[in-house]
Amino acid sequence: MGSFLNTGVLLAAIPATAFGACGLPLALQRHGRIAAALAAAAVMATCLGLLLTLAPAVLAGGVEVHGWRWLPAYGLDPRLRLDGLGLLFALLICGIGLLIVLYAAYYLPRHDRLGRFYTVLLLFMAAMLGVVLAENLLLLLLCWEITSLSSFLLVAYHGGNRESRGGARLALAVTGGGGLALLAGLLLLGGIVGSHDLSAILAAGPRIRAHPLYLPTLILILVGVFTKSAQFPFHFWLPGAMAAPTPVSAYLHSATMVKAGVFLLARLYPALGGSEPWFWLVGGTGAITLLYAAAMALFRYDIKGLLAYSTISHLGLIILLFGLDTPLSVVAGVFHIINHAIFKASLFMAAGIVDHECGTRDMRRVNGLFKRMPITATLAIVAAGAMAGVPLLNGFLSKEMFFAETIAHRQLTVFGWLLPLLATVAGMLAVAYSARFVHDVFFNGEPVDLPRQPHEPPRWMRAPIELLVVLCLLVGIFPEWTVAPLLDAAAGAALQSPLPPFQLAVWHGFNPPLLMSVLALAGGVAIYGWRLPLYAWHATLPSLHPGRIFERLHRRLANAARRAVALIDNGSPRRHNALFFVFLLLLGGWAFFSAPADGSRVPVQAVDTAALGALLALSIGSIGAAVLHRHRLLALILVSIVGLTVAMSFIRLSAPDLALTQLAVETGTIVLMLLMLYYLPNREPPRRAAPRAIRDLLLALAVGGGLGMVTLRMLTVPPPVDALPAFYLQNAVPGGGGANAVNVILVDFRGFDTLGEITVLAMVALAAQALLDRLLLKAPRHDADGRRWATEAHPLFLAMLMRPLLPLALTVAAYLFLRGHQAPGGGFVAGLITGMALTMQYLANGIAFAQPRLPGHPTRSLAIGLLLAGGVGVASGLFGAPFLTSAHGHVRLPLLGEIELASAMIFDLGVYVVVVTVVLTVLTGLGGLSSRARRHEEER
Amino acid sequence: MEILLAVAVAVLTTCGVFLVLRARTFPVLLGLTLLSYAVNLFLFASGRLRIDAPPLIGAGAIFADPLPQALVLTAIVIGFGMSAYLAMLALRALAASGSDRVDVRPEP
Repeated sequence: MGSFLNTGVLLAAIPATAFGACGLPLALQRHGRIAAALAAAAVMATCLGLLLTLAPAVLAGGVEVHGWRWLPAYGLDPRLRLDGLGLLFALLICGIGLLIVLYAAYYLPRHDRLGRFYTVLLLFMAAMLGVVLAENLLLLLLCWEITSLSSFLLVAYHGGNRESRGGARLALAVTGGGGLALLAGLLLLGGIVGSHDLSAILAAGPRIRAHPLYLPTLILILVGVFTKSAQFPFHFWLPGAMAAPTPVSAYLHSATMVKAGVFLLARLYPALGGSEPWFWLVGGTGAITLLYAAAMALFRYDIKGLLAYSTISHLGLIILLFGLDTPLSVVAGVFHIINHAIFKASLFMAAGIVDHECGTRDMRRVNGLFKRMPITATLAIVAAGAMAGVPLLNGFLSKEMFFAETIAHRQLTVFGWLLPLLATVAGMLAVAYSARFVHDVFFNGEPVDLPRQPHEPPRWMRAPIELLVVLCLLVGIFPEWTVAPLLDAAAGAALQSPLPPFQLAVWHGFNPPLLMSVLALAGGVAIYGWRLPLYAWHATLPSLHPGRIFERLHRRLANAARRAVALIDNGSPRRHNALFFVFLLLLGGWAFFSAPADGSRVPVQAVDTAALGALLALSIGSIGAAVLHRHRLLALILVSIVGLTVAMSFIRLSAPDLALTQLAVETGTIVLMLLMLYYLPNREPPRRAAPRAIRDLLLALAVGGGLGMVTLRMLTVPPPVDALPAFYLQNAVPGGGGANAVNVILVDFRGFDTLGEITVLAMVALAAQALLDRLLLKAPRHDADGRRWATEAHPLFLAMLMRPLLPLALTVAAYLFLRGHQAPGGGFVAGLITGMALTMQYLANGIAFAQPRLPGHPTRSLAIGLLLAGGVGVASGLFGAPFLTSAHGHVRLPLLGEIELASAMIFDLGVYVVVVTVVLTVLTGLGGLSSRARRHEEER
Repeated sequence: MEILLAVAVAVLTTCGVFLVLRARTFPVLLGLTLLSYAVNLFLFASGRLRIDAPPLIGAGAIFADPLPQALVLTAIVIGFGMSAYLAMLALRALAASGSDRVDVRPEP
């Protein structure tokens, strides 16, 4: 392996391949479902291959931690870790995933194109790989949430089916809620340790357990684990999720997603385990789930329902083993993770074949299949034997270890006798439900009224099960030669300490665990023998469906939310706006009056006549507009007076850039509104002063008076000591190469903000295009007083005046643009002026004259502008500087004198292009409406 | 001077809010324009009022705070974008419903 292909690159390539290539099946599905399946298989095989190249070092005890620091201050670092535990899970994820891809191609309906299915499956797999390979806990959490979301999509594969949607929603709500608790728990954990890196957390076990926040942290993390692994009392989503297609159940609900919770438990065992609360919470939950779910499994008549409860029960077993909190029990837990994944995936796939062949999964109807599909039946019987813990199969070994551990634990607690008893009873129940599965489906007389005639499935649909069942046998008979190295590495990583001595063997001699196994087998058969009275007894129990309770709660919550929204928002923007202002008033008033009144005041500056005059003009304009708003043209003119006064005030108050911008924008706004008035009635019929108007006036006075008071208070307290203005003023010339501090801030210091702002403007232009697209408005012939609009579309006088004005206006714009960095001006102002000048040509000369002379494609110019502005930012990266760093130097140009050329000028050019395009798109778009309307009328 | 500016903000806000609460699109648009003048002046005033002190290095000895100016400059341009967008929306609503009322309910 060369230096380029070091382990870090290989490790990063695993999730990168999975995430990067997850869209491949979707892209290839037009070449048929085989192409989509092959693409998915290729991605999984690549990940598996990468894992296998890394496996030898990890099996030898190595730990690979690689990645980089992104936001170390927040503990957000994409770092990966491959140790024995991660390797075990990653192998399960990729290996079983590969089998599922093959199986699903046969299982899913022929007419489905499968691209979407395989893409979501790959996304899920990528997220699972992220969970098990994460070194950073926040990265783990992110992937954890992606598994919840992608599993939602997978469960709801048959989205037209109500049951599918309900099951998917339930699963998402429970696991998503658990994810929220987990987020809080992991943040607490990171806070206790001071790092989100697993290496640091695993080494800090004693410190974490001694911390006062240990218990809340533990409980929050356990809620995440228990919801994901379907532990009592959060177990109810898993049977609901059985509405998923069987390949999804086989993958998510046996081998991978539900194991994510168990994985996290094993992962954090060295950090959180080894305490009294751990034993009671984890062990207690595991024990209750183990027993409860095993009993429930016996009473299911849906094959997948039985398997689902059996899965819950086995997960409870694994969790109980971790709760027992001894090194050997952890080894047994890891071992059972492997065994359960192998036999349960094969059982689900067998159940899928039965469903596929019979058209139903109801064990009251599906009977006697052994005669019809002997090979599949044999495979399923062997896998069910492993589930029951029959000797020579893998499930037997880990169950035997479990029994031994419960006995070993006797010495530790006062309830010593209870644990072995519980274990034996759970073992009996497992045997009983396995017997039910085998006997009901494959024997027990003849099938009853099946929709289809069952026979053996296609050869390759069975292949994944054959492989897994062979593994069951190999692991069960030759554990030392098959699973031992992987188990050693995984258990060692889970323990983070040397392994306890243990012997993987089928025969340990006559000892108590063997006795318990025999009892479990015999007791299980006996329970199954008494099944009919048991079923009858179960039928008398009150039925409790947590899933239905959840549905009801969900519906109630949604209805309450709808009512609450209807209370505030009845669809009327007027009412909505009024409520907004009331709220603003309450919030602002509260802040204003609760603020401490400190004594210091700065003296106000003297009032001069010009300022008084300005206030007078402004008041006349705005009050006039408010009073006369029914006379729309007049109101518009009054508003334009206000705009001009504001611009003048900016000049007086030392803001020349603002004055220029305000003037240019003012012109644009007035033209815009005039164009609008052409279509709107330019007068509104007068109405009597309604109570509504009085109420609005009072509200407006309160808001206006309030804002005035806030302004005055702000202006009369001493300015806060702020280093920011001084910084900008001192660094404008040396740092940005410009004397105009405002422009330097816009294009350099806070260029990222400006980039965002011109992006918003570009979106306005795009939205305007969309809104004006095919908009047909009736062009009125008369104004409100019945006077005819001028029929002469483009008065000669205006046209002749405008043409020579264009070069002048463009020169002014260019001048303002070039000097912008040093003196008032810049891209915004220049853009507005250019846009206005071009629009004037259009208005004066008409569409036929202007269209060929105007820049063509608005979308293209927007893209050019944004690329210019963003490109400069990226280009600074080529010189090793942060995004949007500028460089500058002096150039002497004839006539203009010395020009400071900064790279920020290119950025400003981008701003300019975007602003010109926006003005042109909006104004000429509106202007073009009338000619479109006229054409339309002529055509009719 | 400070009092005058506060009064100006108060007048602009009052008229703006009153117009925004009208039932037709055009006065609402006028009201939003007045409101944005008020808000821009308010933001601008947070840098305090200085006379004859433009933030141009070399033009004088004292300078107004350039940061609020930069913020308000983009706010003015964005305000134009918003007005334009609302104008289009109003015209589109006019074409769809035949009325320039603000709260026309869509036909079910």
